[in-house]
Amino acid sequence: MKSYHLDHLQHLETEAIHIMREVAGEFERPALLFSGGKDSICLLRLAEKAFRPSDIPMPFLNVETGHEFPELIEFRDRRARQLGAKLIVRTVDQALANGTATQAPGEVSRNKLQIPVLLGAIEEFRFDCAIGGARRDEEKARAKERFFSFRDSFGQWDPKNQRPEIWNLYNGRLNAGENMRVFPLSNWTEMDVWEYIRKEKLEVPSIYFSHTRECFRRGGQWLPVPPPHTDATKPDPYAGARPRPNEPVQTMVCRVRTIADMISTGMIASPANTVDDIIGEVAAARVTERGSRADDKASEAAMEDRKKAGYF
Amino acid sequence: MSASSLSPLPSPVAGGSVASSARAPVPVVDILRLNTCGSVDDGKSTLIGRLLYDSKSLMEDQIESLERSADITGGGQINLANLTDGLRAEREQGITIDVAYRYFATPRRKFIIADTPGHVQYTRNMVTGASTANLAIVLVDARAGVIEQSRRHTAIASLLRIPHLVVAINKMDLVGWSEARYNEIREQFEEFLPRLDIKDVKFIPLSALNGDNVVTPSPHTPWYVGPTLLGHLETVHIASDWNLNAFRLPVQWVNRPNNPTDPRLHDFRGFSGQIAGGIVKTGQKVMALPGGVISTVKEIHTYEGPVTEAFCPQSVSVVLEHDVDVSRGSMLVGVDSLPGGGTELHAKICWMHPRPLVRGKKYFLKHTTSTVQAVVTEIEHRLDMATLESVPNPTELAVNDLGEIRIRTAKPLFYDGYATNRLTGSFILIEQGTNATVGAGMLLPPTEVVRSEHQDYAI
Ligand SMILES: Nc1nc2c(ncn2[C@@H]2O[C@H](COP(=O)(O)OP(=O)(O)O)[C@@H](O)[C@H]2O)c(=O)[nH]1
Repeated sequence: MKSYHLDHLQHLETEAIHIMREVAGEFERPALLFSGGKDSICLLRLAEKAFRPSDIPMPFLNVETGHEFPELIEFRDRRARQLGAKLIVRTVDQALANGTATQAPGEVSRNKLQIPVLLGAIEEFRFDCAIGGARRDEEKARAKERFFSFRDSFGQWDPKNQRPEIWNLYNGRLNAGENMRVFPLSNWTEMDVWEYIRKEKLEVPSIYFSHTRECFRRGGQWLPVPPPHTDATKPDPYAGARPRPNEPVQTMVCRVRTIADMISTGMIASPANTVDDIIGEVAAARVTERGSRADDKASEAAMEDRKKAGYF
Repeated sequence: MSASSLSPLPSPVAGGSVASSARAPVPVVDILRLNTCGSVDDGKSTLIGRLLYDSKSLMEDQIESLERSADITGGGQINLANLTDGLRAEREQGITIDVAYRYFATPRRKFIIADTPGHVQYTRNMVTGASTANLAIVLVDARAGVIEQSRRHTAIASLLRIPHLVVAINKMDLVGWSEARYNEIREQFEEFLPRLDIKDVKFIPLSALNGDNVVTPSPHTPWYVGPTLLGHLETVHIASDWNLNAFRLPVQWVNRPNNPTDPRLHDFRGFSGQIAGGIVKTGQKVMALPGGVISTVKEIHTYEGPVTEAFCPQSVSVVLEHDVDVSRGSMLVGVDSLPGGGTELHAKICWMHPRPLVRGKKYFLKHTTSTVQAVVTEIEHRLDMATLESVPNPTELAVNDLGEIRIRTAKPLFYDGYATNRLTGSFILIEQGTNATVGAGMLLPPTEVVRSEHQDYAI
């Protein structure tokens, strides 16, 4: 007898494709958040699966902190070109320059500053929906996130007042100024993402694989040494993120497990240089993926606070 | 096929060897979605924490964070419940206020847990968590036995047609591991189960706090011969949970390439959607609803290329032989198994909003991929949760009420009874103005099947 059976990746895939097409069907001006990271790489493949042979019916949007790994930017631009998609980039630098964002005194990370930039881009292009690659298994506050996550006209998430989500019937109705974040990978785990990358033979940026890099220890993590400051006419964009005299620099064989920017991403010592190696590492991992991110460590409720303010 | 049909092997998880090798593991075969429910303090969070902890699904930083909060608030005792009580508001109030999803995998299966709250005012969250579940765990505190909440949760599981139910009789350590107490609670359940519609029920005595019968068999229950909770979750048969009988493709999006470079795509018109029931094959006759025009399936497209056959719940794009008027909200159906159709609907409903359901009010109704205007013409009865009896002619349905209603829609709906197909038999009601999702509806079997108003299109 023929077996009409889907394995777990096929299940997650068809669920995500269904969600992508609901977005195309229910929203006027959706965007897809594409950073070049592993989760959004899967999103792109799912978008291809949902919409080919047509064009992917939404532009890609990325918010740059200005502290990105150059490898990631190169990959992001190339991938968008390959897919024939329109890529919109908005930067924290622009927002600082035109005053729509202000850095808290003494704060080095620009993670929080992505919020006003994202909200600004949503307003500028009148996006009514942004598809993101967040997964519920990433972090405690994410575990309560819906597939269709409603945001009020300030872009805020109210965890106590979410729309119930029943069966596969997503309510995408909005009033003017309101907004939806949609997370097709909600049910995917870190392992699923890598298994999918393997199955689909997806290219990922080189920094996911083992390489040699100068790092220093701070806040319990190995942070990468930022690129040298060359343009003396401008202030050092990495001021505060450079190793201090009491933070000796070490050359490490390492890779990233999850990518924020160079300031918030901890490197992990690893010899993994194939997707198979990485899957092996994920299987054997003893800390969560976000254990290597400085932005979540700030407080127990760090992610929850950022989401309420309009974070992805 | 899924490993669930094989005889049980010793679980590598219970043996503690999971993920200890650096070799890439063999892909897990399938996914079990489960939902946990119980009253506040029955031990739900502890149970989930225990499942994650004992199946070695926890990472060092999660354990560290548990230990950190144990030092601060718990007098050094790790509190497994903290693992799942994610939001700060909950930590402050000490109750789970919303649905949270947890993921873990054993070499046999991948699990998605919807952790749904037990507090009386949050039935809507249980409905949310349970709507996609294969299995529900209803927790009972062995000291308290069956209470109104247990009945309510079981009734919701039955209403939503969750195929499998586990009654986890927890805190057995606090009743001296008494077999008599276990049997007593079991009998309390069996008293009302016949009034519900659940085929597969399993009772398991356990202690979430100490881990007895969760992942490892308990030395305290020699009188219990069944599997541990995880053992049961790993082996319960879920292969037949999708409807493969009657082809249904609700159209989500019409795929029409803009200025394609490939000349073969100039006239490409694919109807994209997730198959909500049955199997479709090229050459098969299908009816397009509304309209009732019959055509033949010319091609079935996937990203990997054309296929000759596809089945529920795959996502595909179907190309028809004829130029048929089909758009988002249309449904392609097999001609040998037509759905019901009409504007007068009869449904069970769970009300989810503080503003009650009232007769005569207009709502939006979303069913598969189509959204129409609808008005509730009659509230036939409300289900009394304490007695599971129907109370006829209530004036309204309040939040967390379950009842039966009649609805009229502005345009016909093409549907199946919920008992036949969860995807084509369900709908949500959306309040106009606020756009809040206010109700979850389950359609009763149609009284009339759609009829083709047209001659066979393919002459
Ligand atoms: N003695 C005993 N206590 C338990 C057991 N399971 C949970 N508890 C305790 O019951 C209380 C409530 O548990 P919790 O998991 O927070 O319940 P929830 O509200 O259902 O999530 C906590 O103090 C737990 O330690 C058990 O099997 N035996």
